Amino acid sequence: MPKDDLKTAYRLVGTRPNRPDGLDKVTGRARYGADISAPGMLHAAVVRSPHAHARIVRIDASKALALDGVKAVITRADFPTGLTGDDWNLQENTLAGDVALYDGHAVAAVAATSKLLAQDAARLVEVEYEVLPHVIDVDAAMQPDAPIIRAGTADHSVPEGMHPNVVKYIEFGHGDMDAGFAAADLVRAQSYKTEATHQGYIEPHACLGQMGEDGKGEMWVCTQGQWYIRRMCSAVLGTEASQLRVTPSEIGGGFGGKTTIFMEPLALALSRKAGGRPVKLVMSRAEVLRATGPTASASMDVKMGMKADGTITAASVNFRMQGGAFIGSSPVGEALSCALACYTVPAVFHQGYEVLANRPKAAAYRAPGSPMAAFAVESLLDEMCVELGLDALVVRLKNAAREGAKASYGPTYNRIGLVESLEAAMAHANLKVPLGPNQGRGSAAGFWFNHGGETSVSLAIGEDGTVTVSVGTPDVGGSRASLGMMTAETLGIAYESVRVNIVETGALGVNEPTHGSRATFASGLAAVEAAKQAIAQMCARAAAEWGIDAEAVEWLDGAAVPAGPNAGKFPPMSIAEIGAKMGSTGGPISGHHEVTAGGVGASFGAHVVDVEVDPETGRTTVLRYLVVQDAGRAIHPAYVEGQYQGGAVQGIGWALNEEYVYGADGRLQNTVFLDYRIPVASDLPMIDTVIVEVPNPGHPYGVRGVGETGITPPLPALANAIAAATGARLRSLPMSPPKVLAAIKAKAHG
Amino acid sequence: MSKIHVSTTVNGDAVEFLADPRDTLLDCLRDQLGLTGTKEGCGTGDCGACSVQLDGVLVCSCLVLGAEAEGKTVATVEGLSTGPDLHPLQRKFIEHAALQCGFCTPGILVAANALLAQNPDPTETEVRYWLAGNLCRCTGYDKIIRAVMDAGAEMRGVN
Repeated sequence: MPKDDLKTAYRLVGTRPNRPDGLDKVTGRARYGADISAPGMLHAAVVRSPHAHARIVRIDASKALALDGVKAVITRADFPTGLTGDDWNLQENTLAGDVALYDGHAVAAVAATSKLLAQDAARLVEVEYEVLPHVIDVDAAMQPDAPIIRAGTADHSVPEGMHPNVVKYIEFGHGDMDAGFAAADLVRAQSYKTEATHQGYIEPHACLGQMGEDGKGEMWVCTQGQWYIRRMCSAVLGTEASQLRVTPSEIGGGFGGKTTIFMEPLALALSRKAGGRPVKLVMSRAEVLRATGPTASASMDVKMGMKADGTITAASVNFRMQGGAFIGSSPVGEALSCALACYTVPAVFHQGYEVLANRPKAAAYRAPGSPMAAFAVESLLDEMCVELGLDALVVRLKNAAREGAKASYGPTYNRIGLVESLEAAMAHANLKVPLGPNQGRGSAAGFWFNHGGETSVSLAIGEDGTVTVSVGTPDVGGSRASLGMMTAETLGIAYESVRVNIVETGALGVNEPTHGSRATFASGLAAVEAAKQAIAQMCARAAAEWGIDAEAVEWLDGAAVPAGPNAGKFPPMSIAEIGAKMGSTGGPISGHHEVTAGGVGASFGAHVVDVEVDPETGRTTVLRYLVVQDAGRAIHPAYVEGQYQGGAVQGIGWALNEEYVYGADGRLQNTVFLDYRIPVASDLPMIDTVIVEVPNPGHPYGVRGVGETGITPPLPALANAIAAATGARLRSLPMSPPKVLAAIKAKAHG
Repeated sequence: MSKIHVSTTVNGDAVEFLADPRDTLLDCLRDQLGLTGTKEGCGTGDCGACSVQLDGVLVCSCLVLGAEAEGKTVATVEGLSTGPDLHPLQRKFIEHAALQCGFCTPGILVAANALLAQNPDPTETEVRYWLAGNLCRCTGYDKIIRAVMDAGAEMRGVN
């Protein structure tokens, strides 16, 4: 559908109503993972390995069990055996088997009548370890002398002769690389590294689980995806998915990190062992940082050829990523696909290696893989522009992917908005602000695929004509508002007349989590289709009452109206009138839509940042920050801006501050927010945003999804700005003050 | 170890509870009194999600023992508005879309309320430094700062 065919004048879409869950969340009434209790409830605590790599010789829980009030202790022996593939990975990560694979790996869990008692009992569980050699760094883990983490894990893709820690190899590309590089006036290659960072959601993982000997269970849990919790817990425990009913709590941030399980099966297994009493399990912050999904760390080589006019003639990338001790946990495939996705380059070649290390099992983190890839590629592009005396934004625009272009990762792009985003960035007032001493401006582009996925939504007309929408995608940032707006827009009724509920696993067909920027896109698409079904039924009810054909009735402004030759013959019949009578006109009226949503619209953005670097300390201050991104259509612009701002600030933290710091013993050194320092209010300026709207033809309102791309450009944009401010190029994250200061000094002495 | 009987005032109501000597004020508010609006994000005083006022002083309730509340007054997010109307801060947070997941919101509202009580007309910089102890991972703080400043303006009668 051409852009102009999409209706642009909406009644609700594009406005900024109050979110329906706002009241609960400003009064403290909203219930998150740890905010619920159950009669007879026990509390759990987890025993975790203090070693990065150690054989578990013996676990003796007798002293713990001897404490009054301790009701159950579980170890891996309480889990079924024989799991394979990712189910085995999930089980192994939930509770270590023979070997603890990272500092913080769970080895046992305790349930007791109070939280303090459970913690006391956990300390009394005696675990004898035989410490094994460990490896933390991704490059070190590939060296011939690296300790083997788990022999035989590698899949068939890995070239012969590589270290057993290399478990997956990916390569793809197109075009003649030699010819491409030969056509360039400048060819440069550089290496880059990024350290692991954590999603840093403020709400620690929390759940309340209950399960009987019959395998029937219930769980209340903070999660991005209640069906994923159901499937994964059932797989780990060897129970049937449909016997576990999972209700999502309000979620205190996820960013991808709550799309999987970490400790949820422990609550269920403890409950089963404790006679079916409900068990509450809440992680501490240190547990969150030590044992839940950080992102991968990466070591990356990029080579690029560019003509003197800025045309990119060829590019190759070689990425090594570790995502912990489990195959398939690093986003190396996504990183490769994102690396060059912003540009149309005649010859591209991608190689990637997944490597095991003694670190926690990585989980998704906002645009998984894309920020690291962007750091490498967008940094090199900027370096080459500086060398050629070109404006990097102009070069990005010159090479930008457009509709109909073959993407670097294979498919052909549909309608996309990178060009519009770059042009909007270049026209922004921030770029005209003069810079002072020690100040620099940097820019970068970013990409995320976006995602559709399995989606099931139902909608019911109430007796008074108000509407209930049941969706399966937890609301992490205002999606109840956007889904309610699209539903109300479609039905022609007031926004306030729609209630959007996030429902449990028994209430709908399977839904994927709120991930991949899919909630407003896919649940929205399904809600609109469900509303259209209900409209068709309401038109039919009105037609029957009027004694005319259903086709002769149309839906207008929340009412059925006779159309065509019957126009004006009957007064409009409102949704309230139809709802009031539906019991006697054929029964309840509802709509539902189930789909694995296609029609995904790729997401592109461009960021520009101004920094000042203190030459005495190396501290970088962000002076102003601009996010430009194509939303397709911004249903609720305030929450779109919020996604842009939040993504940018997570990227700023990754670029400047955040990193997993390991000691020589392989233990994580910074397990509290004081040491794992995420950006605070006083670190930042206001984050300027421009919402570009190039509607996605694959969605009834043009939605693309806006959650993820925003974290991608800050890493290189800040590196580029620091280079502009200091002349020193940092190719390793984070660009913390000591590293920036060292780079400035090296530059001065070099 | 036997528990300690604590009498205190929370959001204007006289309450009593039994605290383990190791229980924090946060534990007692949430687990003994059912006031789960106050959140635990870190347990180490770094995130501010558990912010409450204790005898008018802004504190991290995870760093205060429950027993220390004896004879004092505690103000939590649940006490910000007890009548039919929201506190201006609460209303401005909704209007400005200053929350995404909402988990840090109670602590930030309590902290911002303490700021406006002692500095009714803060600059942006003052708001940013005052709230530097309240972590938000969703918003990038932009809309939070705007909401606090707008609430301050309304409370001063500027708009």
